[in-house]
Amino acid sequence: MISSILFCALLIASTVFFVFNAKKIRRNILLGRELDLSDNKSERWKTMLRVALGQSKMVTRPLSATLHILVYVGFVLINIEVLEMLIDGVVNTHRVFSFLGGFYNFLIGFFEILAFGVFVGVIVFWLRRNVGKVKRFLNAELNGWPRLDANMILIAETLLMSALFLMNAADQNLQARGVEHYTQAGSFPISSFIAPMLSGLSDSSLILIERGCWWFHIIGIFAFLNYLPYSKHLHIVLAFPNTYYSNLKPKGEFTTLESVTDVVAPNFDPSYQPKTDPNNPVKFGVKDVQDLTWKNLLDAYTCTECGRCTSACPQNITGKKLSPRKIMMDTRDRLVEVGKNMDANGGKFVEDGKSLLGDYITTEEIWACNTCNACVEECPVNINPLEIIVEMRRYLVMEQSQSPAELNNMFSNMENNGAPWQFSQADRANWINEN
Amino acid sequence: MSVIKVPTMAEMMANGETPEILFWVGCSGSFDDRAKKITKAIVRILNHVGIKFAILGSEEGCTGDPAKRAGNEFLYQMQAMQNITTMNMYGVKKIVTGCPHCFNTIKNEYPALGGSYEVVHHTQLVQDLINTGKLKVNGGSFKGKKIVYHDPCYLGRANDVYEAPREVLQKLDAELAEMKRSRANGFCCGAGGAQMFKEAEKGNKEVSTERAEEALQENPDVIAVGCPFCNTMMTDGVKHFNKEEKTKVLDIAELIANANEL
Repeated sequence: MISSILFCALLIASTVFFVFNAKKIRRNILLGRELDLSDNKSERWKTMLRVALGQSKMVTRPLSATLHILVYVGFVLINIEVLEMLIDGVVNTHRVFSFLGGFYNFLIGFFEILAFGVFVGVIVFWLRRNVGKVKRFLNAELNGWPRLDANMILIAETLLMSALFLMNAADQNLQARGVEHYTQAGSFPISSFIAPMLSGLSDSSLILIERGCWWFHIIGIFAFLNYLPYSKHLHIVLAFPNTYYSNLKPKGEFTTLESVTDVVAPNFDPSYQPKTDPNNPVKFGVKDVQDLTWKNLLDAYTCTECGRCTSACPQNITGKKLSPRKIMMDTRDRLVEVGKNMDANGGKFVEDGKSLLGDYITTEEIWACNTCNACVEECPVNINPLEIIVEMRRYLVMEQSQSPAELNNMFSNMENNGAPWQFSQADRANWINEN
Repeated sequence: MSVIKVPTMAEMMANGETPEILFWVGCSGSFDDRAKKITKAIVRILNHVGIKFAILGSEEGCTGDPAKRAGNEFLYQMQAMQNITTMNMYGVKKIVTGCPHCFNTIKNEYPALGGSYEVVHHTQLVQDLINTGKLKVNGGSFKGKKIVYHDPCYLGRANDVYEAPREVLQKLDAELAEMKRSRANGFCCGAGGAQMFKEAEKGNKEVSTERAEEALQENPDVIAVGCPFCNTMMTDGVKHFNKEEKTKVLDIAELIANANEL
């Protein structure tokens, strides 16, 4: 009875705290500019099923794809067992689904195999990160918290799986001894290797281990859930909405700024009607997170810092400062900072003299980009770092007139001659008669 | 080599004629000495199959691509609207471009500003001409040579055109090699995003050097490209390794036109 009450209290507290933080993230994302992505619902669902559920973009790197599938499938399916634990915890039963009989035994055995897959996957992941020389895990932007975050997730998952095995091993012994409350249920293809090691223990010690691991596992899951909002691991949730709201247009198509069209179009068509509200002050491009669209901000929270984008970026590979992953990490960091500022000021953002461009992302990074779309192509959850980069260029050029001198030359050539070089437009067809 | 015939839209209109297709030459194809050869190769193919085409000539202006990628949306839209006004005035329906950047911009970005056309890249047009039997191709001097194709970003990743250039190259009876990074993973020549017009940022290597090195690992006779900017960058990269005697950088249009002595 007491354990049920304690369990329910923990369950409610962790749910309430998670919802509290999730709402904050939602508020932060909605600080972004409006963008209508309510079109093409069926294609969006298909993209989400293919890319997020089906992991279709992971496969380009077979080793990490295989490991990730192990952890992912294990995580999703073991949640069915967590559901049983939740019911057991609330109504104080033991293995409440065991009435399913043979099927239950199959399930528990299957979950053990999955859990073993998770265990192996996570350990290899940890080794790749900490012992291996995988370049994308060595970049400077991972120093400090990001690297700690990654390792904490891996360690937490190892501990959770270990607790599951140890719990089952103790349970097997208790079941074999016919201890009260421990009904015969489940099959244990993995933990049966551990069970004999515990056979010398007394009933009460076994119960202590079984209960201890049970509580550790379920509290661990509550804790993990509440760690997500602070972690890059949030991708396990946001990968789904983020792929649903994928850009469905050709990757080469950049957005058209209507505010610019409103200025330019009347030169060509006197009857042109402006599309943007003339009373709204217009700002071109992006200086801070509030200038980005909500999809850019969702991208930032979805990023799990795997670094595939950076490892495919031609400029990063050739030693330039630009790293598309850092663009996403900076965006999230700044957004979190803006969110905290709002929390501290009664929900209103108070100017803090900082901005994403300048304090987090430097112009050197922005001007290094080839707009080649390698980062966009690579991202397993359809994040678009390129759009943020181009928007910052727009801010630098159109608001600040701060483009590299050579680009200014190119601009003035284009303005004067209709070509990026100093050739007269009248000579455009001279090639016909040249040898 | 036959004398090329290149009518302009204005000339055609004056004669009461309408071309089947507008050949969008682009700035590189108009002014860059190396790229002009590609332009002429495309014209030779068009002349050979007898397609009724025209260029805009002095009425063509930069699509605005480098301005847009560099963040200058004002300049881009000025260029775009000028071009759209011209093309709509001539009633243009179909366009072939000699450059993936022009292709991408006109195809994907002009519609939002009132310019909707059917746009193909020259490699797609050549593929279509071969498939419909209008163009018969043999390998000529490229038969048995080793060719490696570099995917331009704005044809490949930007627009998912990977097959057309390869299918055309296959007609040359050459040995086609793929670089380690190809198709969607096809790296970059280093020119796009207006980098063509500025020095690279501080780093330890030029993107073009990295890519040329990768291509040269295949020990090819020809690095085939489909973009005048890739052509410039890959040529620079090949020179960097002093391999310009052994390995030529050629556009797919040049390969087809030269092999068949068009």
